[in-house]
Amino acid sequence: MSGPASGRAQLEVSDLRVQIAGRHGVVHPVDGVSLEIAPGEATGLVGESGSGKSMTLRSILGLLPPEATVTSGKVVFDDTDLTRLPRSRLNKVRGAKIAMIFQEPMSALNPVMRVGNQIAEGPLIHLGMSRAQAARRAIELMQRVGIPDPERRFRAFPHEFSGGMRQRVMIAMALSCDPELILCDEPTTALDVTIQDQILRLLARLCRESGTSLMFVTHDLPVVAQVCHQVAVMYAGRIVERGTVSQVFSRPLHPYTLGLLRSAPDVDRPGQSLVPIGGSPPSLASPPAGCRFHPRCKFAEEDCKVSDPPLRLLDASRATACLHYERCLDEIGADT
Amino acid sequence: MGRMSFVFRRLALLVPTAVGVTIITFFMVHLIPGNPAVTILGEHATPATVAALDRQWGLSQPLAEQYWRFIDRLVHGNLGQSLYYGVAVSGLITSRLPTTLWLLCYSAVIAVLISVPVATLAASRKDAVRDHVARVVPMLGLGMPAFWFGLLLQTWLGTKLRLFPVTGYGLGFTGHLQSMFLPSLTVAVALCPVLIRSLRASMLGVLGAEFVTTAQAKGVPAPRLLVRHVLRNAVIPAVTVLGINVGYLIGGTLIVEQVFSLPGIGSLMIGAIFERDFPVIQSVALVYGVLVVLVNLLTDVAYVALDPRVRFDA
Amino acid sequence: MSTLSVAPAATPVRSRRGRWYRQPTLMAGLALLAVIAGMCFAAPLLTSFNPDTQNLQEPLASIGQYGHLLGTDQEGRDTWARLLFGGQVDLRVALLAVIFPFIIGTILGSLAGYFGSWVDAVIMRVIDIVVAFPFFVLVIALVFVLGSGEKSIYIAITAVGWVSYARITRGEITVAKRQEYVLAAQSGGLSSPRIIGRHLLPNVITQSIVYAMSDIVQNIVAIVTLSYLGLGIQPPTPDWGTMIANGQNFLTTQWQLTTIPGLAVVITGLALSLTGDGLADLLRPGSS
Repeated sequence: MSGPASGRAQLEVSDLRVQIAGRHGVVHPVDGVSLEIAPGEATGLVGESGSGKSMTLRSILGLLPPEATVTSGKVVFDDTDLTRLPRSRLNKVRGAKIAMIFQEPMSALNPVMRVGNQIAEGPLIHLGMSRAQAARRAIELMQRVGIPDPERRFRAFPHEFSGGMRQRVMIAMALSCDPELILCDEPTTALDVTIQDQILRLLARLCRESGTSLMFVTHDLPVVAQVCHQVAVMYAGRIVERGTVSQVFSRPLHPYTLGLLRSAPDVDRPGQSLVPIGGSPPSLASPPAGCRFHPRCKFAEEDCKVSDPPLRLLDASRATACLHYERCLDEIGADT
Repeated sequence: MGRMSFVFRRLALLVPTAVGVTIITFFMVHLIPGNPAVTILGEHATPATVAALDRQWGLSQPLAEQYWRFIDRLVHGNLGQSLYYGVAVSGLITSRLPTTLWLLCYSAVIAVLISVPVATLAASRKDAVRDHVARVVPMLGLGMPAFWFGLLLQTWLGTKLRLFPVTGYGLGFTGHLQSMFLPSLTVAVALCPVLIRSLRASMLGVLGAEFVTTAQAKGVPAPRLLVRHVLRNAVIPAVTVLGINVGYLIGGTLIVEQVFSLPGIGSLMIGAIFERDFPVIQSVALVYGVLVVLVNLLTDVAYVALDPRVRFDA
Repeated sequence: MSTLSVAPAATPVRSRRGRWYRQPTLMAGLALLAVIAGMCFAAPLLTSFNPDTQNLQEPLASIGQYGHLLGTDQEGRDTWARLLFGGQVDLRVALLAVIFPFIIGTILGSLAGYFGSWVDAVIMRVIDIVVAFPFFVLVIALVFVLGSGEKSIYIAITAVGWVSYARITRGEITVAKRQEYVLAAQSGGLSSPRIIGRHLLPNVITQSIVYAMSDIVQNIVAIVTLSYLGLGIQPPTPDWGTMIANGQNFLTTQWQLTTIPGLAVVITGLALSLTGDGLADLLRPGSS
């Protein structure tokens, strides 16, 4: 069964920095990100668009676009730094040990290749199965993810499936080689709300059953609440808060997290007015001096404009980058 | 089943085009005001010869009736009689068509064999030196007259270096392969620029697609990625491009046959132009038109076969 | 209600991305084109020989012999002079031969795209039929019917070449006519010709212009091929195709007679392609 077995992290991201050299100079969409994922756990990475969460995810498997490069930091998995691996060895990790699910299944699946073959491709390459064996495995997987009539659907093409079904195909693909970790890049954002729920439950259940860890990137807080144990909040290329889901969502320790929670509808509090976070995300080419959030922060004080606070551990699982995090607690107290 | 009906639908659409092709070839001679017999006979037009041709071909009858007779004869495989050779045109054409078809296929194969690797190379390292080279070199090819290139090949590789025969069709399969190599290379080189450009463009489009990232995330090794994922998708628009340019390909064979003295329908047509042998000109033009229509149908079918997304005609 | 009498004549579709003189492809193409055209049309300044003068005392002279920069052909005519003056002819004819198809094709394509229904159906049918023939096959057949010579070239190329412009224009207009500024013009009571002419065409013509560049190249090749066969530009007018034909029997000895004119065509084609490519890059919206 799952559960945090050893105290060792399965995946450790240390001070990762990604650089994009663009027309207007050098930009760091990921600017010193550190994370840990424990075995069997689901960790969420939340933030607005442009916060760098997708980039962080992609740099783990080296799937950055050509203009982006990892300039410093490490991604350690299984005692190896993935950022330093040559392509041939990285390919042995991809799909086999760490798998990835993408946001838009219609464009993420090869339109001219039969769905069953796409699912079977992983076992064919990584597990050395024969075509027949891999096909059988694919059918099993399709059944596990809830695709009806898998023997017949094996030969179907992606465009013949609905959005939710296609995402199930992606999940089947991800599970095909029994990976230790699955990276999910906004897998439910493109789906209808009802389908979203089904897919999330499916993912959560499958990972619980097989002990696979999850890293879940999304801008959608309720989704994180549904699936994850741990959560990290990202802003302007950095992690600003970390903790368990119950801790962070009930007692956030960073004004940005507080703002996010307040701007998201909460089914437990219907009728509560939504409060958007004023202002807009900073330009990564010229981030504000001091704390990056201070221009939009209602608790900002003088020292926030000057010093750039790092992520500080408060206890074993809790961390925040806010100098005045107690103010958040006061706000929550005022709410309830 | 949807796919088959798509094919039949395409086939049906071709019929009016084919009819139009016959109309144009028929009416070519009637474009000029005045007696078509004069046009046909050119310098040999004297009142006597004009009258004779007039009678022979019924040129003074109403146009519609002439056209009807034309179609009637066509359906029975009668393409008229050559003014120069004095034999049935259909016989001339059937004896020479295989050579032209050989040339067409050989050229298409060589063109694909050249274009695919070059386009792949260019697309895989966009904006690198080899990409720029792969963009500029086809531009040279676009402006290059095929016959000129053929002449050069003939002289340097044929006459001087004696690597290949200079003229003629050759005997037997290997003989054909050898004799037709230079002419096919010439035609292929004329076609490559267009193919390379569009293949490169479609490969770039595919390379940037999400499903390629997915395949990379699955750890698919580069060769398999290239063939099963990238190429397999890029080939679809390329087939369309090949189909569009088939007219160009076929037109290229016309002049190349002349340069290399190949006994195909192209050299037949050119000879007929000099001899003012109108029935031959008309018939060969017709055959070319039909060829293009057929090849277009083939590319449509290939497109449907390759792309599973194509359903009932959009 | 304010009137629409001052509707903007053209809403620029293309982005002002980059000054045109900063595009390397475009500049290279234009520069090369300028050199070629300049040399050809400055021919009297660059050579003292007359391209038509035969000199049977000096047939098949080699490069540099008897003061002939590129030698002479079998009738003693100076190759360099024929190259330059021939270039004038070929460039002029190719350019003119693009204008009529451009105009006719654009008009027919606009009508087809704008009015749709039976107009479109008829025009598309005709296009399908013309396109069923290889370009050169039709051209050569028409030249047979019309007789050889420059005038026939114009007619033949126009009769076949309008098709591409018609297709491009039709495609663009079919899309563009759904734009809001067209609806605005229509609701303002503007007549169809005015809408097409002053509002739609300026926006959609860019594609045709880019295509025209490659069309000129195709024309040059067609003209040169026809002349090579003796069906195009008639002697004694100099022309690159005739030069290639004249020199083909001497490729092993005086190779420059055939090689140089062909190279001239290739380089001119390169210049035009670069220009066309550069234009296409420039006018394509949103590419950086």
